[in-house]
Amino acid sequence: MRTLKNLSRDRLAIASLIVIAITIVAGVFAPLFAPHDPAEVNMKLRYASSSWEYALGNDHLGRCILSRIIYGIRPSVLWVLVALILSVFIGAVIGFISGYFRGKTDAFLMRICDIMLSFPGYVMTLAVVGILGAGLENILIAFVVMKWAWFARVIRTSVMQYAEMNYVKFAKASGIGHWRIMVKHIIPVTFADIAVISSGSICSMILQISGLSFLGLGIQAPNAEWGMMLNEAREVMFSRPELMLAPGLAIILIVSAFNFVSDALQVALDPKLTTSNASLQEEEGKQPVYEYIRS
Amino acid sequence: MLKVANIEKSYRKGGLFSKEKQKILNNITFECYNGECLGIIGESGSGKSTIGRLIAGIEKPDRGTILFEGNNVQDRTVRFGNISAVFQDYTSSINPFFTVEEAIVEPLKARKKDQKETRSRIDRLLYQVGLNPSYRKKHPHELSGGEVQRVCIARALSTEPKCILFDEAISSLDVSVQTQILDLLKELKKKHKMSYVFITHDIQAAAYICDRVIIFRNGEIEETVHLENLKDVQSEYAKKLLKFLITF
Repeated sequence: MRTLKNLSRDRLAIASLIVIAITIVAGVFAPLFAPHDPAEVNMKLRYASSSWEYALGNDHLGRCILSRIIYGIRPSVLWVLVALILSVFIGAVIGFISGYFRGKTDAFLMRICDIMLSFPGYVMTLAVVGILGAGLENILIAFVVMKWAWFARVIRTSVMQYAEMNYVKFAKASGIGHWRIMVKHIIPVTFADIAVISSGSICSMILQISGLSFLGLGIQAPNAEWGMMLNEAREVMFSRPELMLAPGLAIILIVSAFNFVSDALQVALDPKLTTSNASLQEEEGKQPVYEYIRS
Repeated sequence: MLKVANIEKSYRKGGLFSKEKQKILNNITFECYNGECLGIIGESGSGKSTIGRLIAGIEKPDRGTILFEGNNVQDRTVRFGNISAVFQDYTSSINPFFTVEEAIVEPLKARKKDQKETRSRIDRLLYQVGLNPSYRKKHPHELSGGEVQRVCIARALSTEPKCILFDEAISSLDVSVQTQILDLLKELKKKHKMSYVFITHDIQAAAYICDRVIIFRNGEIEETVHLENLKDVQSEYAKKLLKFLITF
C-alpha cells in the first residue's frame, strides 16, 4: 500500500505503468483489439500509408501493421516476461540459499553458477536452439537456462550484504526460524535490487528475442514479432523508412516504460521516503511531553 | 545458568581450499550465574565478539558446548524467549522497513499472543526504556542513535528473557547517553532479575555495571575478577590494561 502511494506521486512512473498495463492487456486479448488478421496478405495495399481502415499502414505484403504490432506483443513482451519471471525465480531461490547459509552450500552453488556463466550467452542460446530446434519456446528455455546463473549471482551478493545486518543477527539470536527471517527481513530489503536487475534485463531480453528472430531462429515467418518486423522493414530502409517507425517505437516505448518503473520502484520502496508521510500524521497526535526514566 | 565449556573456534584464513586456520578462541570456560552481570573485556581482536556470537547461537563452535540451563544453545527452541541480544551498530539493528512497534513485537509474534495484551505491553516496554508510546509508529531512520538503542533494549526485553547479551551495545553512543543507558540497564536488571553478558572494550562502562569481569586476550581468558577486587588484578596484562585506563 505504502509503495503504491509513493509510486502514485511519480507521474512518469504512473504513465509507464499505464503503458505496461495497456500493452499486457492488448497482448493477452490480441484478437479483440486487432482490427485485422495479422497474417492476412493483401498485395494491392503494399506499402500503403496509414488510412482509416489500416491505422498504421501496411507492410511489404500488405498486412495490417497495427494488428501485427498488437499480435507481436505476445512473443515480444508476454513470453519474455514469463521467461524473465522464471529465471528470476530460480536465481532468487539459489541466490537466497547461498547468500544466507554461506559456507559449503554457497561454494557448491556458486561453482555451478560459474560454469553456467563461463559459456558465452549467445552461443549457448544458439546451441540450445540447435539441439531443440528453432521456435519461440526453445529460445525461452535457452534464456532461462542462461540467465538464472547471472540472477543467482547478483541476488546472492545482495542477500549476503543484508544477512550480515544486526536485525538479522538479533532475529537469529532470539530463536526465530530461518524461513521467517528470510521472508520478514531479507526479501523486503532485497526486493528493490531484484526489481532493478530484472527490469534492466527485460530490455536486453526483448532485444535478444528480436535479434534471434532476425536470425530466423525464433518466431517463424508468418507470425508477427517486433524484431522480425524491424528486420522486414530493414530491406526497404531507404525507400520507405516509415515502416521501421512502428515496431521501433513500440520497442523503445515498452523498454523505457520498464526502465522508468524500475527506477520509480527503487525510490518508492525506500522506507526512508515514508518519513514525511508518517511524521505528518504523527504531528496531530503527538504529545509534547517526553518522559524519560532519567534525563 | 549459562555454562560455557571448553569452547574452541577458528576461522579459515585465505581461500576456500587453504588449510591454514586462525584460532580465535582457545579453550574458553566460564559461567554466568542467575541475576549476574558478567563483563567480558578485551582489546579488539581478542575474540570477545566471537564468544558473543556463539552464545547467541549465530555461529557454531568448533569444539565445546554452551549450555543454557542444561540445554545446548545451538537449538533455537532453547534460545527462544530465553536469550536475547543487543548489538553494537545501531544503524543496522532495526529493519528499515519495520516500525518501532513491529520491531518490538517481532520476537513476541511467533508465540501468538492476543493483540490487546501485546499492545499494552509495547507501551509498557517503551515507557520502561524511557520512550514515549507515540514512538510506536516511527521508522528507525527517524530516531537518534540513543533512541534506536533504547528500542533495541525494549525489543530484547520483550520476551522477558533470562539472559541478555550486550555486544558493544553502548560503545557507539556518546558519553552522556551511555550513562543513561547503563543506569537504565541497572534498573531493569534489578526489576526483572535477569543476567547480562556485557561485552565491551570500555573498562569504565564494565566497572560501572558488572559484578564480575573476564579479561580476554588473544582468545584466552587472562583473568576473572570480581568487581570489588578490580584494583588488585594478578596478571601482567590486566594490570597494564588498568594502568592505561588510569593515565587517561
